[in-house]
Amino acid sequence: PGSRLTPTGAGQDVGRSCILVSVAGKNVMLDCGMHMGFNDDRRFPDFSYITQNGRLTDFLDCVIISHFHLDHCGALPYFSEMVGYDGPIYMTPPTQAICPILLEDYRKIAVDKKGEANFFTSQMIKDCMKKVVAVHLHQTVQVDDELEIKAYYAGHVLGAAMFQIKVGSESVVYTGDYNMTPDRHLGAAWIDRCRPNLLITESTYATTIRDSKRCRERDFLKKVHETVERGGKVLIPVFALGRAQELCILLETFWERMNLKAPIYFSTGLTEKANHYYKLFITWTNQKIRKTFVQRNMFEFKHIKAFDRAFADNPGPMVVFATPGMLHAGQSLQIFRKWAGNEKNMVIMPGYCVQGTVGHKILSGQRKLEMEGRQVLEVKMQVEYMSFSAHADAKGIMQLIGQAEPEHVLLVHGEAKKMEFLKQKIEQEFRVNCYMPANGETVTLPTSPSIPVGISLGLLKREMAQGMLPDAKRPRLLQGTLIMKDSNFRLVSSEQALKELGLAEHQLRFTCRVHLHDARKEQETVMRVYSHLKSILKDHCVQHLPDGSVTVESILIQAAAHSEDPGTKVLLVSWTYQDEELGSYLTSLLKKGLPQAPS
Amino acid sequence: MAAHLKKRVYEEFTKVVQQQQEEIAAKKLRLTKPSKSAALHIDLCKATSPADALQYLLQFARKPVEAESVEGVVRILLEHYYKENDASVRLKIASLLGLLSKTSGFSPDCIMDDAINILQNEKSHQVLAQLLDALLAIGTKLPENQAIQMRLVDVACKHLTDTSHGVRNKCLQLLGNLGSLEKSVTKDAEGLAPRDVQKIIGDYFSDQDPRVRTAAIKAMLQLHERGLKLHQAIYNQACKLLSDDYEQVRSAAVQLIWVVSQLYPESIVPIPSSNEEIRLVDDAFGKICHMVSDGSWVVRVQAAKLLGSMEQVSSHFLEQTLDKKLMSDLRRKRTAHERAKELYSSGEFSSGRKWGDDAPKEEIDTGAVNLIESGACGAFVHGLEDEMFEVRIAAVEALCMLAQSSPSFAEKCLDFLVDMFNDEIEEVRLQSIHTMRKISNNITLREDQLDTVLAVLEDSSRDIREALHELLCCTNVSTKEGIHLALVELLKNLAKYPTDRDSIWKCLKFLGSRHPTLVLPLVPELLSTHPFFDTAEPDMDDPAYIAVLVLIFNAAKTCPTMPALFSDHTFRHYAYLRDSLSHLVPALRLPGRKLVSSAVSPNIVPHEDPSQQFLQQSLERVYSLQHLDPQGTQELLEFTIRDLQRLGELQSELAGVADFSATYLQCQLLLIKALQEKLWNVAAPLYLKQSDLASAAAKQIMEETYKMEFMYSGVENKQVVIIHHMRLQAKALQLIVTARTTRGVDPLFGMCEKFLQEVDFFQRCFIADLPHLQDSFVDKLLDLMPRLMTSKPAEVVKILQTMLRQSTFLHLPLPEQIHKASATIIEPAGESDNPLRFTSGLVVALDVDATLEHVQDPQSTVKVQVLYPDGQAQMIHPKPADFRNPGPGRHRLITQVYLSHTAWTEPCQVEVRLLLAYNSSARIPKSPWIEGGEVSPQVETSIEGTIPFSKPVKVYIMPKPARR
Repeated sequence: PGSRLTPTGAGQDVGRSCILVSVAGKNVMLDCGMHMGFNDDRRFPDFSYITQNGRLTDFLDCVIISHFHLDHCGALPYFSEMVGYDGPIYMTPPTQAICPILLEDYRKIAVDKKGEANFFTSQMIKDCMKKVVAVHLHQTVQVDDELEIKAYYAGHVLGAAMFQIKVGSESVVYTGDYNMTPDRHLGAAWIDRCRPNLLITESTYATTIRDSKRCRERDFLKKVHETVERGGKVLIPVFALGRAQELCILLETFWERMNLKAPIYFSTGLTEKANHYYKLFITWTNQKIRKTFVQRNMFEFKHIKAFDRAFADNPGPMVVFATPGMLHAGQSLQIFRKWAGNEKNMVIMPGYCVQGTVGHKILSGQRKLEMEGRQVLEVKMQVEYMSFSAHADAKGIMQLIGQAEPEHVLLVHGEAKKMEFLKQKIEQEFRVNCYMPANGETVTLPTSPSIPVGISLGLLKREMAQGMLPDAKRPRLLQGTLIMKDSNFRLVSSEQALKELGLAEHQLRFTCRVHLHDARKEQETVMRVYSHLKSILKDHCVQHLPDGSVTVESILIQAAAHSEDPGTKVLLVSWTYQDEELGSYLTSLLKKGLPQAPS
Repeated sequence: MAAHLKKRVYEEFTKVVQQQQEEIAAKKLRLTKPSKSAALHIDLCKATSPADALQYLLQFARKPVEAESVEGVVRILLEHYYKENDASVRLKIASLLGLLSKTSGFSPDCIMDDAINILQNEKSHQVLAQLLDALLAIGTKLPENQAIQMRLVDVACKHLTDTSHGVRNKCLQLLGNLGSLEKSVTKDAEGLAPRDVQKIIGDYFSDQDPRVRTAAIKAMLQLHERGLKLHQAIYNQACKLLSDDYEQVRSAAVQLIWVVSQLYPESIVPIPSSNEEIRLVDDAFGKICHMVSDGSWVVRVQAAKLLGSMEQVSSHFLEQTLDKKLMSDLRRKRTAHERAKELYSSGEFSSGRKWGDDAPKEEIDTGAVNLIESGACGAFVHGLEDEMFEVRIAAVEALCMLAQSSPSFAEKCLDFLVDMFNDEIEEVRLQSIHTMRKISNNITLREDQLDTVLAVLEDSSRDIREALHELLCCTNVSTKEGIHLALVELLKNLAKYPTDRDSIWKCLKFLGSRHPTLVLPLVPELLSTHPFFDTAEPDMDDPAYIAVLVLIFNAAKTCPTMPALFSDHTFRHYAYLRDSLSHLVPALRLPGRKLVSSAVSPNIVPHEDPSQQFLQQSLERVYSLQHLDPQGTQELLEFTIRDLQRLGELQSELAGVADFSATYLQCQLLLIKALQEKLWNVAAPLYLKQSDLASAAAKQIMEETYKMEFMYSGVENKQVVIIHHMRLQAKALQLIVTARTTRGVDPLFGMCEKFLQEVDFFQRCFIADLPHLQDSFVDKLLDLMPRLMTSKPAEVVKILQTMLRQSTFLHLPLPEQIHKASATIIEPAGESDNPLRFTSGLVVALDVDATLEHVQDPQSTVKVQVLYPDGQAQMIHPKPADFRNPGPGRHRLITQVYLSHTAWTEPCQVEVRLLLAYNSSARIPKSPWIEGGEVSPQVETSIEGTIPFSKPVKVYIMPKPARR
């Protein structure tokens, strides 16, 4: 047995997360994502690689989805409905709730806007979701007799989880995306010291150590506050889910605290549905929200209202969250065009922008933008950049490894160059092997499987009673009989083994002759042997019997004169098999000879 | 013979009365005492099943056992123990043994042998653990007896190898509590070899059971607490435990490391995997810092808390805790804090609108980056952004303590504290504001920091705003722009929350007096050219304008050139404000107004002396005056009381003393007046009416004495004696008056008996002070006590009467610091004409906000009373959490009071007031016969009486009938 692992996506890359793991003969697929960067076949993982031509269901024991981002679940309907997979798909309840919304949205854009054919349908999404089994935090789910999985909290987005996959004594932990620093609506990732054989961790920020999030938040709030006080309008282009909610909470609480009156709007659409789920899954949020939701659910925004197109022309200050996040199309771009001319206004970009988008242009300082139709838009409004990202940084990754104490670490979901650095660090600090396979590359991990052996309580207690002090570090000798029966192992005392197997006991006795040069009489020799042993073996019971022999515990020592040489005495040492240790020690002791008797 | 008979009759009568009264129930217990062990014995013999026996034992445990009968009870229990087969009963007996041996006044050494004896034959692990617990109780009871301690330690060592974790736990606990290191003393102890307790305990650091490991560390800590010096070798063992799998072990290990680091801060330890060496305290600091990012929040809280008390750590390590060594794509990056600082020092403030101004700078050598084992690195950065607010609060507290001891660190941690002002949880924000205030002596705020601090002024929470005002009172601001900024923000705050007026004015007062030179250049702008105040003569009633003036006048106090900048109306306004808001506006030396300045300022310093003298003199005059004729005495007392009251009004520092003395004199005056009554000369039945005055006087004296005892903070024992003495006199007076006015003797018996008990009680409580009370009422009374005990009521009354007349006036020594408790209700203001409407039968919550001054232990004494128009009164006990403590001697009560009533036809007013509850027996040491049982007799929450100490506020309410 051993673990084999092949990333078909996310190996030395970000996007299209899809990792195949086989743990002790069980095959599990971790995540099933799509790639944002491609529009052709490369956008989905190559599922034909998995089985060549057999059925997926026969090959895979289960599929696990870590969270609802499309690069982790985007290929799911394609995989289950179009390629064909009927086994169980595991995800957490929030992911289960939000995932179909995002898939539907993705489908709409691909089919309705771009007009792609041969794409999965709404019905397929529904059918796919029917195969999903929900896993709650810290719940252990038995997939079959041997395979079990368990979810841990991962931060990142609502419902994101890390999964432990366990077969017998072998286990693998897959982190998905996670965040070790809490934010305004989610807590920090946490795992117990489960000591897995392999930890598969993301490494998006492998070479970054981030500043305190408080500065970022403060800056953000200050900028928004100042602009609003000046009477300006603030535009915050966001993606609908994840960071948007964090920013909403941030602004909402700030408005509440500072008693501000300026309206905050959120462009409608799928967000409303998603917000609904945020309200429901309170247990997945951070301490503050969990503690206060009885008084008021933080996601029931008091100050944030739905946006209407007409509001953009309203006078006075306002804050608007609008999709999409890179200002390349849609509502956010429309609003941007309206407000760009006024220097009182401000646009805050909360994430990275791909080259070519309006967002990227204004961030790089371009002040005159060419819009379609040869229009030139002069940007007078202020442009701010704020990075709100929910991945663990290098320190966070190390912290998680420290918490889980794995035997091997494997990096995925990151750039190869950055991984290299982290890999070296991990090997140096934790002295564990670290791997970073590319897509399609297989890593095989040797494991030394541990075999559990049952021991009878009586035997254990008897052994415990013999030893004086507990010492976890030192191995101890224990005598018993190992019985192998129906592929399970038991260690029992020899008497019990005899009884169970119906065998009679055979005595095994060792005898040994030791020659001693001693001219004295036999009795005297015996006495000398006796006093010598008595002085050395303090914690054993040494006795001198009336028939002229000496016993040490159950070991018998007799002396006789040598038949040929009267100056040599022959010591007969005899012991049973059980006393082998003491017996051989005694013989070696006696072979060294007796100390010179005080004359 | 007749006298003898009389005595017997009297005795019989008193006996009857005694049994009717509830107060002496405690004495009854003493009577039933001898039967206690016997009853138990009978009960246990009767028990047919283990369950029965258990029931009896449980019942038995509810009642206390007296010291004398403990041994008997123990014998019976032991006897039963030997016979008992059921483990649960034996367990209960073992636990009773432990409880009984704790009985005060009982020396448990006689039962120790038996306890050890039964320990040897016991098989059940649970019972064994319980027995060891009992031995622990015995051992702690006899801390002097070395031999016994040695024996117990020996027993514990023997059972350390037990297979049950519970037994091992208890053994370790025993070792921790009783084990000693002094080998010399132990030589004579029955030939037992001295054991190295620390080594034995240390061996169990690697036990297989986490509970035992924890117990071992706890035992070690216990040894330390008992004053034994731990070996330094433990440090390495403890460090290994930091990576234990169980959080309670890690948590205890962190404590142990902290203890060792405090014991051996300067010794040198090697750094593993290199040949460098560092101080132990630094090493420990690094290790504890590492635990701030532990997986369990319990450990994180523990670690963060302990960091605060490690003051010996080198500054180099300390400063690392705030440095996370940022990088981005392997290039060194500066933190936002560093950038802010740089921007500030380059003179360019708050531009930062370029993208990539946080672009990473120099390349980092990949080999040099250390991602974890960097010890203290960034510990506080992690702690302050932890998920759990408990950890964040602990981190803020630790930061505060470290910053107080190191100014350079204070300067560095400022940025982080300021950041905490934006935490999502209010407690954390509040805590960090308080912390900042505490370290404000060490720091000067930069302008950008001030900006962030001031932004919090708009917070909707009143607590936060007020804490911030307090902070601003004692901050140092570096530039005049800073002062201007602060003023503008404070005015904004004032406009937004007008209720903050007083707090803001006070804040500006301190801000002005701290920064006179910075205010000076701002004066022209503030007084005339500022857009806020552009009228020729601003409105004098505008709170904002007053706020500006408060700032300027306080700055002008130490800046003589400033008044030259004032315009005419400013001077007029000064005169007005100096009069109306004298606590905010200081006396100024103004040009052309010498009169004011010379009259006020030089007088301020020596002013206290004459009034103090005056107080002393007038009191002395009174005390020397006891032999004058009654008329003269009365007059003098009246004058002095009046003088003192006036003095109290004039001199706020002396108000407490003056009021206190005046009240005492008032009592004396009342007493004298009452004794002057004609009532005493004439036959009793004729003077029913006049006696009103005397009994009213007695009642009033009682009330006043309670006020004296409980409403003043700083009352010492010697005053309490005098107060109680006065009360005793009042009670005597009451007794006499009753005796004169009631017919028949029956009720008098009870009263006499009660009074004599009071005297007895007085004697017991103040036995040490009796020598000071020579010639006083009680002194004489105690002389005659034997006689009083045996005389008839009429006789007692007669004796009391003469003694009251003869008694001298006791001199009341003045305490050093005495303050009268006072309270003002801020909210409800009582001005509203709109009734609070609610449906009858339901409740309405009324917010009450009050400030309390000089109240000791307000959590248990301050109550809220609501008086309904129908005379119904309701007392509300506020929760302890409703009290805040903004400063020494000051408290703030913010609570909600629930009102409810049946329907009224029209709105009416209810009165809300604050009461001070007292319980006079709480002050006095517990009576000897109550203590000495394992069950604590009663919880001391009983309220004897209450004193109203705030002005009542009227609230208009209207319970409407419920609609059907």
